[in-house]
Amino acid sequence: MEQGELILKLRGVSKQFGAVTALKDIELDVHAGEVVALVGDNGAGKSTLVKTLAGVHQPTSGTIEWCGTPVTLDSPGTALALGIATVFQDLALCENLDVVANLFLGHELNRWALDEVEMEVRAWTLLQELAARIPSVREPIASLSGGQRQTVAIARSLLLDPKIIMLDEPTAALGVAQTAEVLNLIERVRERGHGVILISHNMEDVRAVADRIVVLRLGQNNGVFTAETSHQELVAAITGASENSVSRRMARKQGEVA
Amino acid sequence: MSGAQLDRADTRVRHDEGLSGALRAFFDRVRSGDLGMLPVFIGLLLITLVFSSLNPVFLAPNNLVNLLFDAAAIGLISLGVVCVLLLGEIDLSIGSMSGLSSALVGVLWVNSGLPMLLAILGAVLAGAAVGFIYGFLRNKFEMPSFVATLAGLLALLGLQLYLLGATGSINLPYTSPLVKFGQILIMPAWLSYLAAILPGALMVFSGLKTLKRRRDANLSSPGLSVLLVRAGVLTVALIGCVAYLEQGRGVPYMFGVFTLFVVALDYALRRTQWGRSMFAVGGNAEAARRSGISVKRIRLSAFMLCSSLAALGGVFAASRLASASQQAGTGDVNLNAIAAAVIGGTSLFGGRGSAWSALLGIIVIQAISNGLTLLNLSSSLRYMITGGVLAIAVIVDSLARRSRASHGRA
Repeated sequence: MEQGELILKLRGVSKQFGAVTALKDIELDVHAGEVVALVGDNGAGKSTLVKTLAGVHQPTSGTIEWCGTPVTLDSPGTALALGIATVFQDLALCENLDVVANLFLGHELNRWALDEVEMEVRAWTLLQELAARIPSVREPIASLSGGQRQTVAIARSLLLDPKIIMLDEPTAALGVAQTAEVLNLIERVRERGHGVILISHNMEDVRAVADRIVVLRLGQNNGVFTAETSHQELVAAITGASENSVSRRMARKQGEVA
Repeated sequence: MSGAQLDRADTRVRHDEGLSGALRAFFDRVRSGDLGMLPVFIGLLLITLVFSSLNPVFLAPNNLVNLLFDAAAIGLISLGVVCVLLLGEIDLSIGSMSGLSSALVGVLWVNSGLPMLLAILGAVLAGAAVGFIYGFLRNKFEMPSFVATLAGLLALLGLQLYLLGATGSINLPYTSPLVKFGQILIMPAWLSYLAAILPGALMVFSGLKTLKRRRDANLSSPGLSVLLVRAGVLTVALIGCVAYLEQGRGVPYMFGVFTLFVVALDYALRRTQWGRSMFAVGGNAEAARRSGISVKRIRLSAFMLCSSLAALGGVFAASRLASASQQAGTGDVNLNAIAAAVIGGTSLFGGRGSAWSALLGIIVIQAISNGLTLLNLSSSLRYMITGGVLAIAVIVDSLARRSRASHGRA
């Protein structure tokens, strides 16, 4: 994959849930070796967009182009096969299965006689690459903490060597060190030439790694920014006005200090 | 061994090594609510103590041989129930399906003169078709399997009565291999002993291979002693059982075939991608779907397998009774098959269970039924007691589930 090559191109993608328009005429480009951050307020349609790209929801209208050819992402399997891996906000892990089983779910080695030893070795290798602290890969997921589950979910998305990784709020449940690990990880993935779509409410994380910041507001595109954009400008784009609750709060605080 | 092992880097985890470690891990598991087969063994022990003290005939070798003859048919049905329970679904029409299947064999083979094996195949295919309909209704219309199969219970029973017509029952020829299979065919002693030794031998063989591979891959291994002790205990127990049964008539072929099915399903569930997907769908269907598993296909396969096994169980039951009658598959067949799976440790909530639960559960159920029959108690009391045992099994399942949740074991 050539660095900078256009992998994913969305034009006019809309999604309706009954009377509700969750996405309207969304445009989005993702290139190889690029981190695109997707930001927006609650209900802006970020998760819906991610689920559309992951094949969980089907768009009502619009086109999705993958490496120049229009594609229909009619099931999660199709998206995975193309090379779109997703770490969902709710992680989507099976609590009754152990870490190895979850990592390889749907892509087990040797389908008629599961190769548990090889799977376990690869699981440990991958987890160590991510500097993950998982006590045992043979315990059910139910016994892991939130951060450990997050790591397992990210590790799973990397297992198939996808072209694009979508991370929906990957750092929300993580501690300081693990957050830094995940950000390092995102940069490592970018260096390997993958495209990354990052969704986060944490502007610090977003500005730390993102090449472009795409703002969604009420299900529509509301501007594309870079990491150099000021905080106020971003917040204004997210909330839709330069006069908003964040700026008012900031002004009030500054008034108190003065 | 050089350097830290791949899976031993985390110092916070206690690693149970060797025999004592294995024992300690076992007790830890039980305490946190991961009971496995333990309740079954305790239940069987209690049942044996009670019934053999009330009537010593209960433990007579030939009575146990009869018990195994009786267990095979409903055991097979129960094996199918394990599949749907693993997905958190249910099939309430298994009794009717088995009755319909025995009627089909009677009509196709005895009345229409088709070859016996072809008739049996037809019955099993009918089962697969019924399972396909349930799976289709569940996938296409999101119809709860509880309702779909409840409707199926009545519809299939109606079809069974229609097929059998006015006479109401078809006798199967006594000299036919099918009836012999269900009533007198016993495995030769050498075959029974071979079957008793084989599991332990296979366990050691594959265990050694895994041990070596794990060591080569720099992974920890549970150790040779654990493997040998487990295989040894299993072999001694199985040989003991066979030797005891050989004091009477021996091990019925019917039970042998049932066990083969159990072993096959156990392999499929634990060691294939299909089995892994079954557990995944039962644990978290949405997560399984997003991993690229075709949840619909898995569901379809489970329903089809369940109905097919119910149909085969119906054939076994017909061969046991040497007839296809209107009563076949009615009464407590449904409840017994579901109860056996649950008593054996397959959870009603999906995602937990094993093929062996059908075998162990049906032996518990048959032991109760057999013991009560020996005491000359009517079926009314038998129904009540079996109902009570099922209730206890479900309570144990629920309590264990709650305990597992609080111990972080799903």
